[in-house]
Amino acid sequence: MSAADLILGVPSREPTRHSPATRFIIYGLLILFALVYLVPLFAMVMTSLKPLDEVTGGDMFALPQHPTFEPWIKAWGEARIGVSETRGINGYFWNSIKMVVPAVLISTGLGALNGYVLTKWRFAGHKLVFGMMLFACFIPFQSVIIPMATILGNLGWIGNRLIDLTGSSFGFGNPTVNLVIVHTVYGLGFTTLFFRNYYEAFPTELVKAAMIDGAGFFQIFRRIMLPNSTPIFIVTVIYQFTNIWNDFLFGSTFAAGDSSPMTVALNNLVNTSTGVVEYNVNMAAAIIAAAPTLFVYVVAGRYFVRGLMAGAVKG
Amino acid sequence: MTTAIAPAAGAAGGVGASLRERLQNVVPKLVLAPSFLIVLIFVYGFNLWTLLLSFTSSKAFSNFNFIGLANYQKLWTWTFETDPPSNWYTALVNMGLFGGIYIVFCLVLGLTLAILLDQKIRGEGILRPIYLYPLALSFIVTGTAWKLFLDPRIGLEKAVHDLGWTSFHFDWVVNPRMMIYCVAIAGVWQTSGFVMAMFLAGLRGVDGEILKAAQIDGASAYATYRRIVIPIMRPVFLSALIVLAHMAIKSYDLVLSVTGKNPGGAAELPSTFMYSYTFTRNQMAVGSTSAVIMLMTIAAIMIPYLYSELREKNQ
Repeated sequence: MSAADLILGVPSREPTRHSPATRFIIYGLLILFALVYLVPLFAMVMTSLKPLDEVTGGDMFALPQHPTFEPWIKAWGEARIGVSETRGINGYFWNSIKMVVPAVLISTGLGALNGYVLTKWRFAGHKLVFGMMLFACFIPFQSVIIPMATILGNLGWIGNRLIDLTGSSFGFGNPTVNLVIVHTVYGLGFTTLFFRNYYEAFPTELVKAAMIDGAGFFQIFRRIMLPNSTPIFIVTVIYQFTNIWNDFLFGSTFAAGDSSPMTVALNNLVNTSTGVVEYNVNMAAAIIAAAPTLFVYVVAGRYFVRGLMAGAVKG
Repeated sequence: MTTAIAPAAGAAGGVGASLRERLQNVVPKLVLAPSFLIVLIFVYGFNLWTLLLSFTSSKAFSNFNFIGLANYQKLWTWTFETDPPSNWYTALVNMGLFGGIYIVFCLVLGLTLAILLDQKIRGEGILRPIYLYPLALSFIVTGTAWKLFLDPRIGLEKAVHDLGWTSFHFDWVVNPRMMIYCVAIAGVWQTSGFVMAMFLAGLRGVDGEILKAAQIDGASAYATYRRIVIPIMRPVFLSALIVLAHMAIKSYDLVLSVTGKNPGGAAELPSTFMYSYTFTRNQMAVGSTSAVIMLMTIAAIMIPYLYSELREKNQ
């Protein structure tokens, strides 16, 4: 039984019996903590639905007296982000989508193949290879960021030459392409880990039997592994989606200005020092930035927890 | 080459089978090779590149003028420079403060919540997702929310004043000396649910028979936890500690968003130190040196852990 099953399943053993007073304290504490976790989100939502004078003049926790969607509309289409000419965060939202979708698909696909090789087609040294890929999950990105910037800079140069020669850069130097590369590369360790641990528990006899029947590497993968991999695909896609959508360090380093992803734009919007601080617009933008991952969490929380536990290596 | 072999294979089935077999042996390695090569270059190669840069005199651009350990010497001197404190000194002190608070509070809160949730309470399915949802948010969103929540002008302080307690004072988020504590508060809020999940999995994994035996022997619930359950969970403590320590060292986005781009380096951490020295202060070699120190610290924590994890799985 995996760690996630233990959390999500119904506990099998008999509970300790408690007196009504103890029960009361247990529920009291649990509900108090739940409120602590919910209060910042509540304050965010309330603030985003109030006109600015009500935010600065009133209580953060009060329900809006004149509820308005104006801050949301402003955040999405009109707010000024840093020094950019383009208004609103909508462009950055799409930047993030364009970056997340290919990066998630490529890293997940490669992870599935890697996990399959590392469990069902083992070779001498497979453990070392896996160990090296696993450690890649945990490095601080500060230790790769300078070489990465140099390499991406060179790709940009190639792109400019290609524009001179052919009129098109073929994606070389395109910030979104750069971020797809970076997130795919540094996501590989996790996707490989997920699939490796999942396929480890998959009966090798089935694979052996197919081999004896003459099925090849890809045939076995397609006919036997893939049809049984739906849960781990969902877990991996959700994990990668959440991580890449929420990334800030790579986004702020490798994509500037109008090509920034959502998190970078949000940070620029919130920390612009000029003019009046529009708390309500900031909060609306923050909720929009959080919406996709929160939505996934609400819809597929079980798979989210599975990914979380697998990412903690134990499992 | 294929044309030369094909007729032979047609003539003698044995040769064909062995070729097929040999191909079967090569394909898995060919499939894994690109991913492994990517990791070798982009993780290990780049780490080595950064290590080399730390021995050079690189400023705004990288050069390969080797100056030995001078940059390490510089950071060593800065480690003790307190009057005025060097940025590196501030970064290390803050790392200790932030890391200590973050790890201790996440562990205590996580364990408390897990034990409370494990009392076979009603509504676990509602409460548990509430403790976990902050994990779906990006650190930038979390930081934005907490910056508003703790802002003395409109947030917590003002709300308490409005309630009538006018002497209440809480301006940490705008006070350079106290900012780092606010980063820790936001970090604990975001991650403690994760630790709760790890402990909950650990608690549910404890053999019910042992608990029953303790109950029959008349042990109180408190004594059962103190003497039996928590000692059994020692490996979970270790996992949680390691995951938290490595997340603390990598923290970057949260500092920038809670403090509003880290004004005056008040909430400096090694991660922000590396970034500002490399990309804004034009001291790339010093930045690389700090990145190497971060990497070494994480490697010292993660490698023994991963090694033991992989070895355990083998048994």
